[in-house]
Amino acid sequence: MAPAPSRGLALLRATGPAGIASAIVLVVAAFAAVFGPLLAPYDPNLPNLSLAWVGPVGGHLLGYDFEGRDVLSRLLAGAQTTMLGPLAAVVISVPAGTLLAVTAAWRRGASDAVISSSLNILFTFPAILLALLAAAVFGASLVAAVLALSAAYTPYVARVLRGAALKERTQAYVAALEVQGAPATSVCLRHLIPNIAPLIVAQATILFGYAMVDLAAISFLGLGVQPPTANWGVMISENQAGLLQGYPLPALAAGACIVLVVIAVNVLGERLFEQARVARR
Amino acid sequence: MSDPAQPGASRSTGTASRAPLLEVAGLNVLLKVNGTRRPALRDVSFTVAPGEAVGLVGESGAGKTMTARAVGRLLPAGAHVQGSIRFASTDIAAITGADLRRYRTQVAMIFQDPRAHTNPVRRIEDFMTEALRTNHGVRAAQARDRALDMLAQVGIEDGARRLRQYPHQMSGGMLQRIMIAAALLIKPRLLLADEPTTALDVTTQAEVMAILDGLRREYGLAMLFITHDLDLAAAICDRTIVMYAGQIVEVRSSALLHANPLHPYTAALAAARPDIAKTVHRLRAIPGHPLSAFEAPPAECAFAPRCAHTRDVCRATAPGLAELDGGLSRCARAHQLRGQLQAVPNA
Amino acid sequence: MASLFIASFVIFAALYLAPGNPVAALSGGRPLPPGSIRVLDQRYHLNEPFLAQYWYWLDNALHGNLGISITLRENVSTLIASRIWTTAGLVLYASVIIVVLGVGAGIASGLRPGRLDTSTLVVTAISAAIPAFVAAIGLIVVFAVKLRWFPALGNGTGFLSNIRHFTLPAVALAVASLAIVARVTRAAVREESDREHVQTAVSRGIPARHVIWRHIVRNAAIPITTITGITIASLIAVAAVVETAFSLNGLGAYLVQAAQSKDIAVVQGISLVLVTAFVVVNLLMDVLYAALDPRVTLGSQPR
Repeated sequence: MAPAPSRGLALLRATGPAGIASAIVLVVAAFAAVFGPLLAPYDPNLPNLSLAWVGPVGGHLLGYDFEGRDVLSRLLAGAQTTMLGPLAAVVISVPAGTLLAVTAAWRRGASDAVISSSLNILFTFPAILLALLAAAVFGASLVAAVLALSAAYTPYVARVLRGAALKERTQAYVAALEVQGAPATSVCLRHLIPNIAPLIVAQATILFGYAMVDLAAISFLGLGVQPPTANWGVMISENQAGLLQGYPLPALAAGACIVLVVIAVNVLGERLFEQARVARR
Repeated sequence: MSDPAQPGASRSTGTASRAPLLEVAGLNVLLKVNGTRRPALRDVSFTVAPGEAVGLVGESGAGKTMTARAVGRLLPAGAHVQGSIRFASTDIAAITGADLRRYRTQVAMIFQDPRAHTNPVRRIEDFMTEALRTNHGVRAAQARDRALDMLAQVGIEDGARRLRQYPHQMSGGMLQRIMIAAALLIKPRLLLADEPTTALDVTTQAEVMAILDGLRREYGLAMLFITHDLDLAAAICDRTIVMYAGQIVEVRSSALLHANPLHPYTAALAAARPDIAKTVHRLRAIPGHPLSAFEAPPAECAFAPRCAHTRDVCRATAPGLAELDGGLSRCARAHQLRGQLQAVPNA
Repeated sequence: MASLFIASFVIFAALYLAPGNPVAALSGGRPLPPGSIRVLDQRYHLNEPFLAQYWYWLDNALHGNLGISITLRENVSTLIASRIWTTAGLVLYASVIIVVLGVGAGIASGLRPGRLDTSTLVVTAISAAIPAFVAAIGLIVVFAVKLRWFPALGNGTGFLSNIRHFTLPAVALAVASLAIVARVTRAAVREESDREHVQTAVSRGIPARHVIWRHIVRNAAIPITTITGITIASLIAVAAVVETAFSLNGLGAYLVQAAQSKDIAVVQGISLVLVTAFVVVNLLMDVLYAALDPRVTLGSQPR
């Protein structure tokens, strides 16, 4: 097998121009997420009420927000919480979901029944509701929201992957390995999981989109990231008053950033999904 | 792609007394595959008389299903049709709309996989009576009665209960009988049967074939019967057409097909089928693999590479369909091989 | 049903575990004389074991008693009842939009490959990425501020005024879901059009409109119902966001406020109601699925 990076690149190239464009957008966004605060031309957190709502002028491409802070700087700084939070949720729920799915698929029988029915029950909680509950219990914070979302997404990931894992489990090569006496964990880690890896990656990408939207929504409601920490969802709620007063730019700019990144995530995720589907035939 | 060597209009044998029900002349079909046009049928011409059963035999890719679909106007989108298909003296190759629907009420198709071709969420009664109610204006209650009657004729008991059931509650054999019953209900003039028993197990095959054959004769319907089984075609059809690589290579009355085939391919097909009464030490397969129309070289005999009787003349030009002994053969050496082709093993 | 039971357990347990003294929460932080504390302990069974408390709560809930809101000092049930129609109306309005526009667009583009189809794909790709709160502010800017067609806030009074006030929120709620439903519908219609049983109908000369409605759409209705059901169920949670954005007086907005002010009883009560609604919608969807597909018996869906 070719080494992982070149296989990854080949996979990416196979997603077509739309997929590549999306990947580029995401790389830019990731860059902003990591280096955002350093790239910001002005202090994203310094209020200056005398400049509140002033439109684009001078070096301020997107104008000022409701507290007189530079919008562009705040967007760059906010990229961090807006995207690293969802990333954490994905990083927690995808391995957890994969573990559950593979365990259920590997053991089948009673273990599978137990895991599947518990997952079905956990499914009754929409992610946002769980995050609201978490905020009520533990106080509103980014950490609480991320944990709640992870808990809500894990059963979803497990359910999606369980089908694929089951199919893989019944392949002939798995039986051959079992007969040779290979231990279960080894077979799973070195063969089963790598074979459903494209599906996992595709699912993780799409999940990131959901997580971003959910987390931004929760922050918008004031139950996630707390102001004055910069966050695109928070920026929308902070600047909502401006909509009615004729200063829509700050809120719209934050909204546009969210939409752009989510489109890129969706398009890339869908393309990856297609590739995963084709590869499994 | 027309064949320059073909002499004038070739006539089918044996049934010139009445005007033919179906007349296919010079049919060429090109399919769009990955953006390029490839031939699927090359210069196919034949007729079917009213009440006559004609078999269409060939291996995969020979073009037999494509021919049936062309006649049934069910070719895939993007298919290019040249030549004429005349049904009851009307050219139906290009008609559309209400005319096309009217044509369809006279031609019934029986498909190979009955389960895939029935709507899984509709009851059998709906499936059987849909055409009657929609196209023939028959009232629901009356249509139901006719369906019940027809179910009895195809040997299905307890028809009333079956009508209320769904396709997934029935076996393949029963579904195929229902498909036949539904086809006969609209009283078509021509049946297009596309390998109707291939998907069934052997015992069911025999039952279903018997029903199909019996009812067809009883109602006096013409039939184009597609199959890869030469013996089956010869058993129930008056005439048999053998196809290879998108072309017709032999037309012969069924009775003479085994005794005196006119084309080496027909003989090889017949010889390849193991005879249950004899013991052989080696199965006689035809060497090589069957060609489809677009793989066939245009300037020589398509069967030449696999034929035991190839000579230089076979590679020189593409042979045309010529009359011989009351049948038609597309073999350059047909005259020379006359009488020698039966049960000749293809070494 | 089991899921509902367990969900209620989770809701109760989560809030039971909330840090802080329940008596302090009930009293709003004011110091109480010991006699009052004893009364509260008794009335709310605060000294009894966890499971007993859970049972009391559930029993009360089933009888319509969901406790008392700390901040508003009223029965939670009353507070919920006065707001439930807002949320229900909003979700219903959005559902209608999703079904009519989403399924409609999906069918239209699924049946006709070409310009309509590609434009639908592009539009849905974009709108699927627009979360409800972003759609909300976009709609407010365009339709409420610039064009002044619709109001930006509040419930309105009277039925027609309600509809006017609910339109932008319903659209905001529906935007993203609409796109998903349209895409899935389109895919389902496409796939169904290629099936062999459709060919059978065509070969019999059945007129096109019958083939489309009785065979293609009717069969595609199965996956379409599934995705529509899932989407509508998810609306129940997202409604909270839209209600907040448009200052609508609904359960979701109230839940958010209660979560912020740690009004435990309210959070519990509303969560229970919302989760019940979620489960009921899923149940209805299962029933509908079984009704549409005769190969499936209720309770054994091939998901």
